[in-house]
Amino acid sequence: MSDTIPETVLSSRDMTIETPRRAARRFRPSGSAVVMGLYLLFLMLPIYWLLNMSLKTNSEILGTFSLWPRNLTLANYEKILTDASWYMGYVNSLIYVVMNTAISLAVALPAAYAFSRYSFVGDKHLFFWLLTNRMAPPAVFALPFFQLYSSIGLFDTHIAVALAHCLFNVPLAVWILEGFMRGVPREIDETAYIDGYSFPRFFIRIFMPLIASGIGVAAFFCFMFSWVELLLSRTLTSVDAKPIAATMTRTVGAAGVDWGVLAAAGMLTIVPGALVIWFVRNYIAKGFALGRV
Amino acid sequence: MKKTVNQKAWFLVLPVLVLVAFSAVIPLMTVVNYSVQDTFGNNQFFWAGLAWFDDMLHSDRMWNALGRQMTFSAIILAIEVPLGIFVALNMPKKGFWSSFCLVTMSLPLLIPWNVVGTIWQIFGRVDIGLLGHTLDAMGIDYNYTQNILDAWVTVIVMDVWHWTSLVALLAYAGLRSIPDAYYQAARIDQASRWAVFRYIELPKMAGVLMIAILLRFMDSFMIYTEPFVLTGGGPGNATTFLSIDLVKMALGQFDLGPAAAFSLMYFLVIMAISWVFYTVMTTLDAREGK
Repeated sequence: MSDTIPETVLSSRDMTIETPRRAARRFRPSGSAVVMGLYLLFLMLPIYWLLNMSLKTNSEILGTFSLWPRNLTLANYEKILTDASWYMGYVNSLIYVVMNTAISLAVALPAAYAFSRYSFVGDKHLFFWLLTNRMAPPAVFALPFFQLYSSIGLFDTHIAVALAHCLFNVPLAVWILEGFMRGVPREIDETAYIDGYSFPRFFIRIFMPLIASGIGVAAFFCFMFSWVELLLSRTLTSVDAKPIAATMTRTVGAAGVDWGVLAAAGMLTIVPGALVIWFVRNYIAKGFALGRV
Repeated sequence: MKKTVNQKAWFLVLPVLVLVAFSAVIPLMTVVNYSVQDTFGNNQFFWAGLAWFDDMLHSDRMWNALGRQMTFSAIILAIEVPLGIFVALNMPKKGFWSSFCLVTMSLPLLIPWNVVGTIWQIFGRVDIGLLGHTLDAMGIDYNYTQNILDAWVTVIVMDVWHWTSLVALLAYAGLRSIPDAYYQAARIDQASRWAVFRYIELPKMAGVLMIAILLRFMDSFMIYTEPFVLTGGGPGNATTFLSIDLVKMALGQFDLGPAAAFSLMYFLVIMAISWVFYTVMTTLDAREGK
C-alpha cells in the first residue's frame, strides 16, 4: 500500500524530467503510456478508496486498514436504496436537473442563433452581460434567491432550484451553442428561406438536426453543472425537493459519522454522470472547448 | 463570418433576457438594496449610504480573504495549466484508449462538489484514509485539520485532482484540430520537439487555453463547497476563501449590510479580471477569423 502514493508524487517529478527527454523520441508511445497511466491512477485512487469503503462495514472501516474489503457487504447500498428519505434525494436531484436542462436549452437555442447569425444593437454587451452571470459567485446569490423564491411561494419546489441554476447554465448553453452554430454555413439558412421555409419550420426541421451534437453537448453541460452544484440547491430546499448532496450530511450523527453509508451515497452520485458521459464521449473535448475548435 | 444587421434578432434573445433578468437582476438588486441600508431588526431599514462599503474596504477580514483567494487561484492555475497541457500531449490520439482516457478523465468533473470534498476528507484522514495513512506510515506528520500547510496542500491537490482534466480536455481538443500538414512541414524542417510545441502546438492551442484559464479562474475564485466540506475554512481561518467568508457573514451571522457590500465588491473583482480574459479571447478569435 505504501508504494501507491509515492508513485503519484513521483509522477509530477517525472513530468519535468520527461519533457526534454520526450523530444528525442516523439513517436514512441511507451513514455506517453506511462504518463497517462500515472495520471489516471492519480485520478482513480481517491474514487477507488470511496468504493472500497462503501463495500465495508463500519467496524471494518474503523477497526482495520485494508486495501480491499475483507467482508464484502452491500448493506450500505441496501440502506440507501430501500429508505425513501435517502433515495428520494436522488429523485429530487434528477427532477430539477432535467427541468433545468430543458428550460436552459429551450431559451438558449433561439438566442444562440441570434448571436451567431445577426448583429444587432447591443449584441456584444448583451453577450458579455450573459457571461457575467456565469461568473456570479453562487454565494452572492444564495440569500436573495432564498428571499425571492420564498416571497413568490416557490421555496422547496423543484422548479425553484431549476430556475436558480439557470443563472449559470443559460449563459453556458448560449455560449456552447453559439460556438457550434457558427460552424454551420449560412448558405444553408438562405437556401431554406428561398425554398419557402418559415423560420420556425427551418429551425426545427433543418437547423436543429445539423447541430444535434452541439445540442447534446450543451445538454450534457447543463446536466453536469446542475448536478454538481450544492450551495443554491441546499439553500432553496428543505424537505420536499431536498437534493441528494444535502441528504448526505445526515450521515453525521450523534454517534459519529456513518462512513459506510456516506461512501455508498457518494458512489451513487457518480453513477448518473458516468452514464451520460458515455453518450457524449466523442464530443466531450469539443464541448469543453465550447464548440470553438 | 460576416453577420447581417437585423434588429428583429432581439426577439430571439428575449426569452433568455426575461429568464436571466428574473434569476439575476432581481436578486442582484436585492443585494444592492441591502448594501446601502442598515436595520435594527423588525424589517425596519434605513439609509446607510456607502458606510458598509467604507467599512469593508477597511476591514482586515475582507482583505485577508481576498489575499488567500488570490494566492489559491494563482497556485492552482500555475499547476493545472502546464500539467493539463502536458497530459494532453501524452493522450492517445485515437481508438479505444482515446475514448477510455476521455471518459476516465471526465469522471472527477461529474462528481458533486460536496462529494469531492468528502472523498478527499476521507482519503486524507490518518485513521481511515489511504493518503493520510500512507503518509503517516512513512513517518510524515500529516494532519490537514490542524496544520495550516497540510490543509493548503490538501485543498490544492484536491483542486488539481478535480479540475486538471478540464484543462487537459480543452488542450486535447485544440491539439486534435491541428492539420497533419503542419507536423509534416515541421518534420521536413527537422524541427525539434520543443520547436514543434512552441511554434505549432502552443499557438494553435491559444484560443482553447484562454477558455480553460477563464473557466478555471472564474470557478476557482468562486470555490465554496469543496474546501468547506474538507476543512470548513480551517484551521483557524487559513482556508477561508471569499465565498466561505461571505456565506459565514450573510447566512451565519446575518450581517446583511456588510455581506451585501462584500458581495458587490467580490462580484466586481471577478468581473474585472474575467473581462480582461474575455477581451484577450475575443481578440484571438477575431484574429483567427480573418
